[in-house]
Amino acid sequence: MKRSGQKQKNLVYFDYSLLLIVLFLICFGLVMLYSTSSYNGQVKFGDDAYYLKKQLMADAIGIVGMAVLARIDYRIWKKFWLLAYVGAFFLCAVVLAVGDTYNGAKRWLRIGPLSFQPSEAAKLAIILFLAAVISQMPKQISKFSALAKVMAMTLPMVVIVALENLSTAIIILGIAFLMAFVASPKIAQFALIVGGCLAIAILFVIVEPYRIERFAIWMHPEQYEKGYQTLQGLYAIGSGGLFGKGLGNSMQKLGFVPEAQNDMIFSIVCEELGLFGAICVILLFVMLLWRFLVIANNAQDMYGAMIVTGAFVHIAIQVFMNIGVVTNSLPNTGVSLPFISYGGTSVLFLLAEIGIVLSVSRGIRLEE
Amino acid sequence: MFRNKTYNRKKLLIVFLAMTAALLLLAGRLVYLMLFCSEYYGRKAEDLHEREREIKAARGEILDATGTALATNRTVCTISVIHSQIEEPEKIIAVLSKELGMDPEAVRKRVEKVSAIERVKSNVDKEAGDRIRAYGLAGVKVDEDYKRYYPYGSLASKVIGFTGGDNQGIVGLEVMYEEYLKGTSGKILTLTDARGVEIENAGERRQEPIDGCSLQISLDHNIQMYCEQAARVAMEAKSADGVSVIVMNPQNGEIMAMANVPEFDLNDPFTLTQAALGGQETEAGGEGGQELLNRMWRNPCISDTYEPGSIFKVVTTAAAFEEGVASLQDQFFCPGYKLVEDRRIHCHKRTGHGAETFTQGVMNSCNPVFIELGLRLGADNFYKYFEQFGLLRRTGIDLPGEARTIMHDKENIGPVELATISFGQSFQVTPIQVAATVSSLINGGNRVTPHFGVEVRDGQGNLVKTLQHDVEEGIVSGETSQVLRTVLEKVVSEGGGKNAYIEGFSIGGKTATSQTLPRSANKYISSFLGFAPATDPQALVLVIINDPQGVYYGGTIAAPVAKDIFSNILPYLGIEKEASPDTGREDGKR
Repeated sequence: MKRSGQKQKNLVYFDYSLLLIVLFLICFGLVMLYSTSSYNGQVKFGDDAYYLKKQLMADAIGIVGMAVLARIDYRIWKKFWLLAYVGAFFLCAVVLAVGDTYNGAKRWLRIGPLSFQPSEAAKLAIILFLAAVISQMPKQISKFSALAKVMAMTLPMVVIVALENLSTAIIILGIAFLMAFVASPKIAQFALIVGGCLAIAILFVIVEPYRIERFAIWMHPEQYEKGYQTLQGLYAIGSGGLFGKGLGNSMQKLGFVPEAQNDMIFSIVCEELGLFGAICVILLFVMLLWRFLVIANNAQDMYGAMIVTGAFVHIAIQVFMNIGVVTNSLPNTGVSLPFISYGGTSVLFLLAEIGIVLSVSRGIRLEE
Repeated sequence: MFRNKTYNRKKLLIVFLAMTAALLLLAGRLVYLMLFCSEYYGRKAEDLHEREREIKAARGEILDATGTALATNRTVCTISVIHSQIEEPEKIIAVLSKELGMDPEAVRKRVEKVSAIERVKSNVDKEAGDRIRAYGLAGVKVDEDYKRYYPYGSLASKVIGFTGGDNQGIVGLEVMYEEYLKGTSGKILTLTDARGVEIENAGERRQEPIDGCSLQISLDHNIQMYCEQAARVAMEAKSADGVSVIVMNPQNGEIMAMANVPEFDLNDPFTLTQAALGGQETEAGGEGGQELLNRMWRNPCISDTYEPGSIFKVVTTAAAFEEGVASLQDQFFCPGYKLVEDRRIHCHKRTGHGAETFTQGVMNSCNPVFIELGLRLGADNFYKYFEQFGLLRRTGIDLPGEARTIMHDKENIGPVELATISFGQSFQVTPIQVAATVSSLINGGNRVTPHFGVEVRDGQGNLVKTLQHDVEEGIVSGETSQVLRTVLEKVVSEGGGKNAYIEGFSIGGKTATSQTLPRSANKYISSFLGFAPATDPQALVLVIINDPQGVYYGGTIAAPVAKDIFSNILPYLGIEKEASPDTGREDGKR
């Protein structure tokens, strides 16, 4: 990459800090994944590296993909805005019809030996789609009608994802909302929307009794059978203390926290590495977000800035929701921790996003 | 050239700051959870990870008066298999079925069952357990455990009682002194995963068990053995249903022996003895098994009541003397019956005893004499003394299941009832009540509580508690007590109890023969109560023969049993033959 940079006449920027942080997070994630999943892998598949191997493969493919995308001019994707949206929507529709059910949710498409989660694709698709749409109308975006249009275009995707995966739908909605927020000079109308959404959310909770139950479980996880996972996560976090039990020494990963390598992996990080390790992880994510901020601010064009903003809010929302759920600060929903939780599709699309963001970073012209 | 507009930058910064703030809030939440709630959640998690394995505490021993263990513990093994650790299932099945004498199919079922741990057999002899351990089979676990063991088998079975599967007392002293005997079990804490599989090399924490305290009782196994033997001889000789013998120290209520033949094997309490099965087999069959077991375990000395018969004349005498309505010089005449209202109540000697003094009346066990005393006392007075003597209360013996006295209500006692009560009929008491009441009347008037428990010592032999038993002083005057001892000595030396007389010993006593209900069945209970030395009683013996065949007079069949017992236990207790009258005062303690 360096060489290709040197070929260009102008001084070309490349955000190595971002790359480094991402690679570090991936390596850290693999170590934690191995520590967390070796018991489950041994019990279920007789192979303690079962999950590690699968994740390693996804990471490898993802990094290659990232490298490729980083070299491709991101502006190419502007042409595919409709295809990305329609394609992701189609995949989400297909999964509803013929998807594999795992842990009670129909979220996986099986293609040969590989399984694929279309809702992960939907997140990237919505970022590319909205970045294109918003960058086309930089003037109108300040109008409420334009904002309504953006949200209305997002809604079909949100709904189809929400049918099987509410948490991802919330993330997509959040991405759309925050992208529009960043693009628009206004604040009041967004505050209005936030207020409206809160009202709807409260209504939602009251209308659907099972959501009230989820709320009650959130408040008192120890009183409900369904609070088991949350409670086990809290046990893991609490028993970590300041410096943790040491890498590999978690007790809670031994079947107490169900599927510890998935959404609850952060609780095992807390247990093994303690408060110190947990805060380091949070700081890593803050640094990652900081890099996004810098790239977005200095992007060559509105489209690039919007893509980076989308990736930024995507990862920010997911980190916030995941840690919020694991610490029982938010009601339980299944959101994975970017780069660290087990999940091939998730990491593939995250690395694709990073690739595009790196491509945007290459467009930055350093000023003298 | 596009430049991000200022407001875009501003908005982006707002989002970044908001997100960073949110993450910092979560970090704050982590600080709260991991520093301030760490102990709480950590302990909860530990509770979850730790599996407790109980270490049973050794149950305290029951020691007799000589310090000999009557109830102790034996090490037994529990053999279990841990499915996930089994390597050679066929070999395990072969070894276990051979060593445990079990059907190979039954063992196979256990070995092949998919479970964390499966018990194959418990209560296996230690030798067999050691042999199995020596094979070193993977997945086979040999745990040592304590089991109650009674070295003397059936000795004092109905007194000592036994324990159940969880080593908890079920009947007798074992249940009465459970709190001292049981001890506190310890535990081994091991770490396990969510499936309950122990984690290797995780170490274990032990909480040592506290062994139960030993209980020292007043029962003496030598005296008990002798009493049981004498009782068994009498039971066989008279084809009786059962024979009970109580030997107690009338001065303090300590029971030295309580035999109830037929006894049962304490090491195998759930198997009905031949005697317990008796003729019931066809009648009760399998369903009545528990009923039969309960009957076999029952201690008739404390749980069954009977009409005391003539032995109760001791109580009548005591009441009459306390009330001052009789004296040793009183003259009586027995024509062979006494008219009460218009009922003719016979003396056992139909031809009558003729003219007699009070002392002779007692020696003859003459019913009209005691009817006369009873009538002189009147129902109110008589009842007052029953209460004063403690007859209407339970004795408070330290054994479970003591029966109450069955006595007429005071309002219902007319002259006829009064007459029959006077010579010990028409009401029922337990044998232990008779022994305790007479003890208290002849010991100078101290109502003693009959008991076994003496003291409790911990596993290291340190005294934990000296068991206290109530004594109520002054239930009769010293003079009355003296009169009783003198008169009852005459009964044995010259009267109806002479079959209990032993040359050189002064023995007091009273015989009794009572007919059981229904009278038409013609079943009798023959009994004899004796004490020695008569001047200062150190041992009181009550012999009760239930439904003897042939001759059924207490003086003829029960008194010789008591004599036999006295002749053996008095020297054993250190009570010398009276070369001169004072030597009998020697302390009887062993």
